[in-house]
Amino acid sequence: MDFGFLFEPAFSGGGTYLDWVISGIQWTLYLSVLGWIIAFVLGSILGVLRTVPLAILRVPATIYVEVFRNIPLLVQMFIWYFVVPEIVPKAAGDWLKTQMPMPEFWNAVFCLGTYTASRVAEQVRAGIQSIPRGQVHAGLAIGLTLPQTYRHVLLPMSYRIIIPPLTTEFLTIFKNSSVALTIGVLELTAQARQISEYTFQTFEIFTIATVVYALITLTVTFTMRWIEGRARVPGYIGTTGK
Amino acid sequence: MAMIEFRNVSKWYGSFQVLKDCSTSVEKGEVVVVCGPSGSGKSTLIKCVNGLEPFQQGEVIVNGQSVGDRGTRLPQLRAKIGMVFQHFELFPHMDVTANLNLAQVKVLGRSVEEATAKSHALLQRVGMIEHAKKFPGQLSGGQQQRVAIARGLAMDPVAMLFDEPTSALDPEMINEVLDVMVELAQEGMTMMCVTHEMGFARKVAHRVIFMDQGEIVEDAPKEDFFGTPRSERAQQFLSKILHH
Repeated sequence: MDFGFLFEPAFSGGGTYLDWVISGIQWTLYLSVLGWIIAFVLGSILGVLRTVPLAILRVPATIYVEVFRNIPLLVQMFIWYFVVPEIVPKAAGDWLKTQMPMPEFWNAVFCLGTYTASRVAEQVRAGIQSIPRGQVHAGLAIGLTLPQTYRHVLLPMSYRIIIPPLTTEFLTIFKNSSVALTIGVLELTAQARQISEYTFQTFEIFTIATVVYALITLTVTFTMRWIEGRARVPGYIGTTGK
Repeated sequence: MAMIEFRNVSKWYGSFQVLKDCSTSVEKGEVVVVCGPSGSGKSTLIKCVNGLEPFQQGEVIVNGQSVGDRGTRLPQLRAKIGMVFQHFELFPHMDVTANLNLAQVKVLGRSVEEATAKSHALLQRVGMIEHAKKFPGQLSGGQQQRVAIARGLAMDPVAMLFDEPTSALDPEMINEVLDVMVELAQEGMTMMCVTHEMGFARKVAHRVIFMDQGEIVEDAPKEDFFGTPRSERAQQFLSKILHH
């Protein structure tokens, strides 16, 4: 393998191919982290709503989850980017197509975030429902309101319980971010393909991409493991063996 | 006026009736033990007092407020009634002091210092002060239940509800919990206890309620209940649990 091509001037843009790789890594990180923020916040709200006693809140959350987790991510990417601007009112459509800054990027962030939110929501729901009903009763019985019971009793334990599957979801969004190349975001995989076309160093550049993805996800894995350790509840049965 | 009053309370799960026209009352300072076979509705009955179980018919009046009334603010009403559960239900992610402080701070608006002082005084009283910084998972069942009683007392309740407080405990831990309850009863706390501990009932109860299949079959002063229970069902029940 010869990695010398990385330091050659790139076909366009004035930098080297290494600059392309770095730029790709940056977009991958922006996409994934911003998408994750949307996914975590929206997914948490939806997950909580799926467990509340009021059907008027529960049903829309359920519909959201079933729609967003059952359509392939690639199809959702195309829908947001190609279809939505055509079906919204014309002024909004024009804005989306011509005036919005970095439309591919923001579409991809929004799409990744809303898709992953449906999956996060299910995990938050599972976490809440894994807590014995007596805990809700105990919270209510000492005079907390239901929202206070969620805030102080249910959610602190739920999030601790779902850290492992939530980690998987966080890793998945980094890998899913490569789908954004289909609507023209020059993230890591797109840059790797582009470099491979210009330099024919396919083997080398995809090796680099693989290693970079692995480094990012391993960093996430270890960070989440550290958080899990920090959040460990002394004497709680679910956290023994660590 | 009674502290807790049930007026013809009925409750259904779908078409299955779990409470049938239950009427009884608990006076201020009175200790009432509710017993009966499993599935007889005793836990459901006691959970109607603080609205943890909704009911469809009748009325429950607690401290002058109607529990089922739409205008009643349940969190406020519940804050004045302590409740102890079969499975303790301490909050596992908080240490013992934080468990006692939570509602004092969030519901009563006490400062953390004020709440902590109160909590420590109560932990002293139930013999748990040296465990104030431990987490529930690090305590035995009996210790957890004593903390749970202290958590209820921290709110300065007008009455305490006990839902089978010793049923999940190892036999050797039952007494440490019962001792705390006996002390509480002797200090004049209004108590409604679902329990099979007939020794406890004999010692401190004023009245015993016997339930079967959702009905209050027997509601009698302790002396009468243990002396001459009127219903055959109550006699059978007593003979089964007292022979051990």
